[in-house]
Order: sequence, then C-alpha cells, then structure tokens
Amino acid sequence: MLFTSYEFIGFLLAVFVIYYLLPGKMQWPFLLLASYAFYFIADPRYLIFIAVTSVTTFFAAKAISDKKIAFDTWFKGHKKEYEKEERKALKAAEKSKEKKIFLACLLLNLGILAVTKYTNFTIANINSIMSTFGSENGISFVDLIIPMGISFYTFQSMGYLIDVYNGKHEAQDNLFKYGLFVSFFPQLVQGPISRYSDLSKTLYEEHRFNWRTVSFGLERILWGFFKKLVIADRILVAVQAIIADTDTYNGFYAFAGAMFYALELYADFTGGIDITIGVAETMGIKVTENFIRPYFSKNIKEYWNRWHITMGTWFTDYIFYPISASQFMMKLSKKSRAKLGNNLGKRVPVYLSSFIVWFTTGIWHGASWNFIVWGLGNFVVIMISQELDPFYRWFHSKVKVAGTFGWKLFQVVRTVLIMSSLRMFDCYRDVPLTFKMFGSIFTDFSPSQLKVEAFTGMGLTVYDYAVVFVGMLILVGVSLVQRSGSVREKIATLSAPIRFVIWYGLFMATLIFGAYGIGYSASQFIYNQF
Amino acid sequence: MLKKSLAVILSIAVAVSGLWFATKLLEPKYMSGILEGAMISEYYDDPTDHNVVFIGDCELYENISPVYLWNNYGINSYIRGSAQQLIWQSYYLAEETIRLEHPDAIVFNVLSMKYNEPQNEAYNRMTIDGMRWSSSKVGSINASMTDEENFIEYVFPILRYHSRWSDLNADDWDYLVNRDKVSFNGYYMRVDEKPAEDVPEGRPLTDYQFGDNAYYYLDKLTKLCKDNDVELILVKAPTLYPYWYDEWDQQMIDYAKSNDLTYINFLNLQDEMGLDWNKDTYDGGLHLNLSGAEKMSDYFGKVLVEEFNIPDRRGEAELDSYWNTVNDRYELEKERQTNNLELYGTVHDPDENK
Amino acid sequence: MEELLEILGDLHPEVDFTTATGLVDGGILDSFDIVSLISEINEEFDVTIGAAELTPENFNSAEAIYALIKAKLDDED
Repeated sequence: MLFTSYEFIGFLLAVFVIYYLLPGKMQWPFLLLASYAFYFIADPRYLIFIAVTSVTTFFAAKAISDKKIAFDTWFKGHKKEYEKEERKALKAAEKSKEKKIFLACLLLNLGILAVTKYTNFTIANINSIMSTFGSENGISFVDLIIPMGISFYTFQSMGYLIDVYNGKHEAQDNLFKYGLFVSFFPQLVQGPISRYSDLSKTLYEEHRFNWRTVSFGLERILWGFFKKLVIADRILVAVQAIIADTDTYNGFYAFAGAMFYALELYADFTGGIDITIGVAETMGIKVTENFIRPYFSKNIKEYWNRWHITMGTWFTDYIFYPISASQFMMKLSKKSRAKLGNNLGKRVPVYLSSFIVWFTTGIWHGASWNFIVWGLGNFVVIMISQELDPFYRWFHSKVKVAGTFGWKLFQVVRTVLIMSSLRMFDCYRDVPLTFKMFGSIFTDFSPSQLKVEAFTGMGLTVYDYAVVFVGMLILVGVSLVQRSGSVREKIATLSAPIRFVIWYGLFMATLIFGAYGIGYSASQFIYNQF
Repeated sequence: MLKKSLAVILSIAVAVSGLWFATKLLEPKYMSGILEGAMISEYYDDPTDHNVVFIGDCELYENISPVYLWNNYGINSYIRGSAQQLIWQSYYLAEETIRLEHPDAIVFNVLSMKYNEPQNEAYNRMTIDGMRWSSSKVGSINASMTDEENFIEYVFPILRYHSRWSDLNADDWDYLVNRDKVSFNGYYMRVDEKPAEDVPEGRPLTDYQFGDNAYYYLDKLTKLCKDNDVELILVKAPTLYPYWYDEWDQQMIDYAKSNDLTYINFLNLQDEMGLDWNKDTYDGGLHLNLSGAEKMSDYFGKVLVEEFNIPDRRGEAELDSYWNTVNDRYELEKERQTNNLELYGTVHDPDENK
Repeated sequence: MEELLEILGDLHPEVDFTTATGLVDGGILDSFDIVSLISEINEEFDVTIGAAELTPENFNSAEAIYALIKAKLDDED
C-alpha cells in the first residue's frame, strides 16, 4: 500500500475515525491491530518476520532489564560485604551474563536482515569472483522475500535492545505495547527510525480529539502529498528518462539528471516523512523529525546532521561510538600516536571508525556496490573536508568572507553539488557507468545540449517543467520561512479567510497538478474500429 | 457561535463549489472531434416514453436513424449506444431504461458478445461517465473496470481528468455547463462516403465460443426483458467489419431459438435493404453513412411495425413538436456536413478539434 | 580540569570552554570531536569512557565532562 494510493487514504480515514471513536484505553491496541493489518495487506508472509523480531527483542530486553534490576537491588543491599575488587568482578560477571542474551538476540536479528537482504548480493559477488577464475557454474540465486521496511524496524528494535542493555531505560513490560513500537504503521515503510524513549512518550497515551492537533496533522499530510505528487512524481519521469538512455543523455544531461534527482529525492523522501509525521500527529503521537532543511547545509557533516537524521544518529550512537570507544580502538589510538606522532596518530581511529560506519551505511541503503561506493564516497568527502580544516582557517584569516551572504551561498551550493554528485551512484546501473556519466559532465558537455526539445523529449511537457519549477519555488519559500519557526504556527496566526485560501489552494494544487492516476489525454481516443 | 458555524458552512460551500467547478472544467466535453462520449448523457433530457430503444455499440448508433423511423413510420425511438459498448454496459443501460420508462421493444446488437472481459478504460469512461447515478451505474462501473481503474475515479471524475489542465481549450470553457446535442436521439450522423473495397475475410480463430461472462449478461438481459414484458430483439448490423463469423452467428441463432427471441442478422439482408457498399458507408464498410442508415431504418422500421406492432404515434402533439425540433437539427447537420464536404473535402469544420 | 580545558582548546581554539554550555546540542562538538576527546582523555587520565556514556548530557559542558572523568577516576558505583 503506497502512501500515494487511494487504498492508503481510505485506510487512514478508517483508522482515524475508529481511533477517536474508541475509548482511550483501546487506542493503542487498535493501532497495533491496524499496523499488523497494514502489513498483512502488503503481504501476509511479512508478518512472520516482524513478529519474530518483535518477540525476540522483547524477551531479550526484558530478560536483560529484569536481571539488571534484580542485580542492582541485590547489590545495593550487599555491596558492603565485598571488597572493591570483588565488587568489580561481581559487576563484570553480571554484565557478561547480560551480554550473552544481548548478543544472541542482536546476531539473530541482524542475521535475518542480512539473509533476506544480502544473500543474493553475496551470491552475485561469489559468482563473479569464481568466473574470474574461469569457473562456469555459479551458484543460482535464491528467491527470498524482503519484508517491507525490514531495515527500518530491525534498526529500531536493535536501538531499543542496545539502550536497554546499556541501561539507558528499562524494558517495556507489555509485549503488545512493544509490538506496536516496532510496527507502528506510518513509519513502517520508510522510517524515521524512532527511539523508544521518544516514541513511547506519546504512543500509548490516551488521546482525545483535539482540533488543533488534528488540523496540524492534516496540514502536514497535505504538504507531504504536495511534495510527493506535484514535484517528486512528476520530475521522476525525466530522471528515469535520463538514466535509462546514457548514450543520449550524457554531459549536461547527466548533470541535469543529478539535479533533478536531488529535487526528486528530497521532495519524495521528505514528503513521505511529512505524511508519516502528520498521520501520527492527527492521532496525537509525536514522531521525531527526520529532516531540517538539509539543502541549506554549509558542509557535508552538517548535511548529514540534517538529512535522514534518525538514521545518522542511529549510526553514530550504535556503530560509530561503540567502535571508536572500544578497547581495540583505544589501543590502536595509543599505538598510532606512538608511531605516527600525536597529530596524525589521533586521527587513525576516528577515520577507521568512520570508514566502517560509512561502509555499513552504504550497504544498509541497498545490497549493491553502488551503495557501498556511495557510502565510501561520503567518507572520503568528509575526511577531505576534515583535513582541509586548517586550510580554511588560514584562508579565513587572510580573506574576510566568512559570514557574508556570498560565502554562505557558495557553501550551500557546494554542498548540494557534492551530495548530488555522490547520489549519482544511486541512479545508474553500476559503478563504472556512474563514473563514466560523472566524467561526461566535464568532457562531453556541449552548448547544443541546452535545447528545450531534448528536455521535452524526456516524457515531460513544458507545462510539467513549469509546475515543477513553481513547486520548487514554493518548497524553497517554505524552507526560508521555516528557518524562524513552524510554518503551520505562522499560518495559524493569519485570519481565517487567508488560512482557508492557503490550505484550499494547496489541496486543489495537489489534486489538479499532482502526477497520479491514469494520465488522460484526448489523443488516447484514436477512433479506430468502433 | 452563530458566526463561527456560518463561517464553517461558507467555507464548505466555497470548497465544494470550487471542486465542482474544477471537475466541470476538466472533464472532457466531447463536443467536437470525438462526439461519442457525449451521447449517453443526452438521453435524460428528452421525453422518454419511447416504444423502441436500441441498445448497443456503433453498429446501432451509426446505422439506424430514429428521425427516419419517426418521419416514415411514426416510431418513437431512441438509441442508447456508445463506442465499444460492452454487453454488461448495455445490460445496465437496459436496466436503467426499463426503470425510467417502459418501451415495447429493446433492440440489442450482438457484436459485443465477442468481448468477455473489460477492455479499454477510455471507452469505459465514454459509456459510463454520461450515466446518471443509480444502482445501474454502480453495476456498470464494477463490471467494466480494467485493472488500472478505481471506483472512486468515477465518483470524483476530477481524480481521473485532473491532468487535462494542460490540454484545456476553448471548448472546455464554452461547454463548461451547457452542452450541445451531438446526436439525433442517439444517432451519430455522417454523410461522407468511402467505398468498401477489399474487406478482409475474418482470420480463423482458435475458439469461436462466446465467453461465459458475455452469456451471463445476455441471460440477464433476456430475463430483464421477460420479467418486465419488454420484447427483446437481437440484431447483427449489416456492416462488413469487424468480421462476423458463421460460428458466432450460429450461437446467436441457437440462443434466440432456445429463449424464444427474434434474432435478425442484417448481413443476410443487404440486398433486401438495397445497400450499396460504394455509397452507403463512410469508412469502407465499418459503419453506414446517412444514406445507408436510412436504408436500414426503412427496412427495420417495416419489420418493427409489421412483426412487432410498434404503433404509429404521429399526431400526438407533444411528440410532433419534439420530433420537429430534432428533425430541424437533423436537416441542419446534414446541410453543414454536405457543405463542408464540398468546400473542404471533409465533413468536419476546418477549426474543429479532432 | 586544566588538562581537560587544554584538550578542548586544541580541538576548538575559537571556543571559550570555561563558560560554554550546550556543546553537543549547540553543535560545537560533533561526533568526531567526541571520539577524539575520549581518546585524549584515555591518554591523559587513563580513564575509559564507554559508548553508552557518550550522551549529550555528559558532553554539553567542560564541567559535565570533568564530572564524568572524576566519577570514572573515583570508580565505583
């Protein structure tokens, strides 16, 4: 069930109405039911996967949490009986028991993720290695289902498990409440990856109908649909045309394709998140923000703090920190400092951890070399910008441009261009082709490519480009206004007729200019036989 | 409080009328070029107590002229037809017709028996959009939808036609609310000629049996007419193409026999009607032109009067005056097409959107 | 405290860490800085800070960081 389908809108309406008709105590159980129904409609087989992940992490976390509490209570009463060293040993013994449960559960779930998502990728790689050694018969691919949203809900569950293991919060006592946390339907398909400590604040509460909350939620949903339908799904046609025919569309077109894709991905992804957050909001539930105007970022690091935020913080908290704070890294740090000197040596562990994080980030996005190279590309860019830091400091001490509008604009444009270039790996069939297309931007550019006809030959008319352009202006305008606070709050202070015009206008614009449904054109009615 | 509810009501009113306006503007008008999409909705405007209602595809609405039937036999008739009208669509139109009036006879053209499944979204829309809302329309939609279609797009046509915003032309504004009549009691007129030459023989089929679904609706149609005491007459129009196989013909002969119905295959009556394939078709034998349609009407009218006792209602003041206006339009259209043909070599106006 | 301020000063010479608060929430210290910091602390104070302790609350000010180090040095509960 796609967000942009009649079925989804019908499903939402039904869930919404029933949610507020039910007594407060029944609301969260109903959401669990609705979430499982949502998953069931997509494919009944998926249910097994999400149920296994929910049940295993629930019981593992519960066991860890219970042990921890029991130990702490016992320890408080008895610690005076032991010497310092003994106390340390007792704690370590307790920790190692917890660790066994923790690791078993973690490996099981990451194993499921790995098998469903990466088996065929692994087979493909083995086959290609074997074929270079002259082996003809490769392993045949396995027909596995990849459960919808498995990357998201697995990460969300693992985050929960790690937090419980680290003692950040206690485990949830109710299996069904926990099940809802894992399967909450608005965020099942594309995130955000919520933290239990955030989402649980409002997920299980009783919510009475509140017009302000509901209308704000609806506004957010509408805005999401506008972004997805009017902008993303329309420009997608041109993106697909460009990447499908690399013989024709290279040089400037490859550049245009990268820019179109930047727009498409932003409008599609943030639009989807708007719908997710808006849907939750209509039911009084607060889901974490996932984007803060990322294309206004001044550098790549900042960009990654503002784009797909919940994924970034997940990787930072659960992969980057554990690796870089590990005993191994501390030792490596000491060694590298001794060998390479303080300045260079201290960077080794950071970069090594960062390398691992970006490799995993890449492969998490998709089982292909394109994503791995994309992830490592991000790593390289971040490393370079880190190393250029002294240079920039020197530059700014000589040239006083820092803080000027022009310099900021330069930084923003630079970030967008770098990120869009990296994202080309996301588009093209394989890594070599991506490099070829990226290269062609510089080598095959010719002014003759700037023809209007070429762009109208990509399946979009001049009118379509006009709609996309106006949509983009609205997008930028809203982002600019948003810098000083919630746009919806601001609109709420306007007089009723103006509010009506804004929201009704947005609704009608989405309805009419949205790229959905069976494209109607009179030319379809070529009257032949009948 | 009063002020607030007033504001809410006003907002809703503005919102709904905005939607209505957008829907009206964006829906296709079928006022020039492709007229077929406008024909179904015209039925509701006219006096209803027809004695004969023809229900079917282009083999009826281009081949029979109700104006001719009135002028020469006093038969008050109407054609409820549209392009590639499938049998279930015809059934639901018949169901609706019988609810709205009580004709003596319903004439159904059997060519659509060859379609057992939903076919083409565009033709569905041309047949169904014009129907008024009733259980018959709901039935017709459900029976007709192709995989890509959604019921809600029929309820709110703007969901279907929204992307026409970039194709809007003068017609969309001119005919925003009021539409012209494009047919003459369901008849689509053409005066031009294109002789039928080299009409191909039908290619052999692997299976000549009509589908279960088609029979299901033919049974329903038969039962509907029997239950309501309406004479059902099955016909096959005399046009040469699409090819009508003997095996198909035999199935209809058998069906008519076992259900005690009349089945007339006009392909066998070409000489009796005096059809001349050099002069009586405008597209090489697919459809008849005006001259051909009047020849067929002449023959069929006689059959209707003699075998089915359809009364001559000329002399009823109301009907006389109604048919006078239709006849005037009919003559004007004939003249317009003939003039165009002389001036431009085509019946269409030079500025017509085709 | 002196040593800690020195380490912090090396990372960001432009910031006055004696008074600055909201170091993490305000975006002064990013994840790279925090990781460099804990390895420096490890070097300087011989104290291991685990991943679980890398929370914004523990790193939002020099004082908070120092408190963390002290607690580690005193070890125990």
